[in-house]
Amino acid sequence: MRDFWRRFRRNKGAVVGLVILLLVVLLAVTAPWLYPASPWDMAGAPFSPPGEMGMLLGTDSLGRDVAAGIAHGARISLLVGAVSTAAALLVGVTLGAVAGYLGGFADDAVMRFTEFFQTIPSFVLAILLVAIFTPSIGSVVFAIAIVSWPPVARVVRAEFLSLRGREFVQAAEVLGKSRLSIVLTDILPNALSPIVVLSSLMVASAILLESALSFLGLGDPNLMTWGFLIGSGRSVIRLAWWMSVFPGIAIFLTVLALNLVGEGLSDALNPRLARQRGGAA
Amino acid sequence: MEASKLPGFLLRRGVKAAIVVLAIVICNFLLVHAAPGDPASVIAGQSGAADAVFLEQLRRQFGLDQPLYVQLWIYLKSVLSLDLGFSHRQQAPVAQLVLERLPATLLLTGAAFAFALAAGVTLGALAAQRVGRWADSVITVIALTFYATPLFWVGLMLVLIFSVWLEWLPSFGMSSVGVEMHGLEVVWDVAQHLLLPALTLGLFYLAVYARLTRATMLEVADQDFVKTARAKGVPEGRILRAHVLRNALLPVITFAGIQAGQLLGGSILVETVFAWPGIGRLAFEALLARDYPVLLGVFFCTSVMVVLFNLLTDMLYAIIDPRVEVAG
Repeated sequence: MRDFWRRFRRNKGAVVGLVILLLVVLLAVTAPWLYPASPWDMAGAPFSPPGEMGMLLGTDSLGRDVAAGIAHGARISLLVGAVSTAAALLVGVTLGAVAGYLGGFADDAVMRFTEFFQTIPSFVLAILLVAIFTPSIGSVVFAIAIVSWPPVARVVRAEFLSLRGREFVQAAEVLGKSRLSIVLTDILPNALSPIVVLSSLMVASAILLESALSFLGLGDPNLMTWGFLIGSGRSVIRLAWWMSVFPGIAIFLTVLALNLVGEGLSDALNPRLARQRGGAA
Repeated sequence: MEASKLPGFLLRRGVKAAIVVLAIVICNFLLVHAAPGDPASVIAGQSGAADAVFLEQLRRQFGLDQPLYVQLWIYLKSVLSLDLGFSHRQQAPVAQLVLERLPATLLLTGAAFAFALAAGVTLGALAAQRVGRWADSVITVIALTFYATPLFWVGLMLVLIFSVWLEWLPSFGMSSVGVEMHGLEVVWDVAQHLLLPALTLGLFYLAVYARLTRATMLEVADQDFVKTARAKGVPEGRILRAHVLRNALLPVITFAGIQAGQLLGGSILVETVFAWPGIGRLAFEALLARDYPVLLGVFFCTSVMVVLFNLLTDMLYAIIDPRVEVAG
C-alpha cells in the first residue's frame, strides 16, 4: 500500500487531480451547510453579475444563486457518476468474465453483443432511453450504465483470457473448486488493476454524459445539475455569461481531476508500463 | 489483397452490416414496448394527448392486439420499406423529416472530421518527429483539456468569445436570414456559419487523432523497413512521408470508423448550441415535443449511417493495406 502511494505520488498531475477531486467531494458534502436554502429559491436580483449583491458567482434569470447551484449540482454529478459506473461495472465485469472464462460459443455471443453496443451511436441511444422512460435520476443512471459497459466487458474478457490458463487457476481447478469460486476468488482479484483504472475514467465520462443529458433538458426535473445550469444560461448568454461559464468550469475541473487520477492509478498499479511510457515520452 | 477474394470479403461484411441494422430495428421495437404506457401513444408521439380515432387506427395498423412476434414482423416490414412512421406533431413522415435534415448534418460532421483529421495528423506527426518539445506539450494540453470539457460548453464559450464579445462570426443558423445572395456569396455565408460548430465538434477529435498519430508514428519509426530506408540514404523528409506516415495512418482510419457514432452523437449537442438545422437539431426539437417517432427515426438513421461508414472504412482499409486479413 505504501509502495502504491509512493508510485502514485511520483505522477505530479495525479496528485493535483486528487486534490481537486477531494475539494469537489468536500463541496458536495458541505453543500447543505454552505447553502442551506434550496438552490431553486430566489436569492437576489435576477442577472446580478458575479461579486455584486453578495453573490459570489452571480445570479440567474430568476435570481437564483449560481454558486449554490454549483455546490448542490456537485452532489448529483458525483452521485450519478459513481452509481452509473458501479452499474456499468456490474454488467461489464459479468459479461466479460463469462466470455473470457468460458470461451467458445459464450465468448462469441457476448463479443457480438458488445460490438453491437459499440457500433450504435451511444449518445443517441442514451437520449432515447431517458426520453422514453421519462427523465428522472433513475432513468439517467440506467441510460448511462447501458451505454458505458462495453469497454469494461472487453478489458475484463482480455484479462480473463490471459489468466484462465495460468498455473494457479489450473491448480484451483484440480483442487475441485467450483467455477464461480475460481472466477470470484482466484481470477477476479488478479484482474482488478485495469478495472480500477478504467472505472476512474468511466466516472469522468459518466459525469460528462450526465451534464450533456441535463443540458438537453433530460435531467431529473427536481434536481439541480451542472448541465441544467449551463442549459438555462444558453439562451441568455449575451446578458449573463457567468450563468454558463462557471458551471462549465466545475465540470471541466472535476472531469480533468478524474482523468489525472486515472493516469496516476495506472502508473501506480502497472509500474512496468509506467516506466516504459516514461522512456518513450 | 488478391482481387479474387475481395467480393467474398465484401459479401461477409455486408451480411454483418445487415444483421446489425436488423438488430437496431428490433432494439427500436423493444424500446417502444418497454416504454411505460400504451405503445400506441408512444408511436403517436404524445403521451395520452392523441385523439382516440388516431390511436385506434395505429392499433390496427401495427396489430397491437396481436401477439408480439406478429407486431415485430409488421414493424420490420414497414421499416425495411423505409417507412419510419409518421410524426403527428409535424404532420410529415419521419423519413422525409430526417432526409431533409441529413445534408446539413453531413456537412457539419464532414467538415469537423476533415478539420480534426488534418490538424490532428499534422500535430501528431510534428510531435512524433520531436521537431521541438512544443508540439508534444501542445498535444498533451489539448488532449487533457478537450477530454475533460463538455462539447456543448466549448460551443457556448466559442459563441461567447467570437460572436458576443468580438462579433466576428454568426452564432446560430446555417445562413443569414433576409439577405439576398448569389453564387459564391452563399458559400462564403455558409462557411462563416459553419466555422464555429465545426471547430467545436472537431477539437475533441483533433486531440484523439494527434495522440494516435504520434503513438503509431513512434512505433512505425522503429521498424526495420524504416531503418533500411535510412541506411539506403533516403532523405529524411521522404522517409517520414512515404514510409512512416503512410503506415501510421492506417490505425487512424480504423479509429475514425469506430468513432463515427460518437461524432454523430456529438453533433446533436453542437447543433443544439448553434441552432444548426441538421438531424441533431431535429432530435432536440423532437425531444422538447416528446415526439417519439422522430426520435426513434433519428436513432435508426444515425445507426445506419455508422454501419455504412464502418463498411466504407473496412473496404478502404482492405484496399489500401494488402496485409489485412480477409477472413476477419
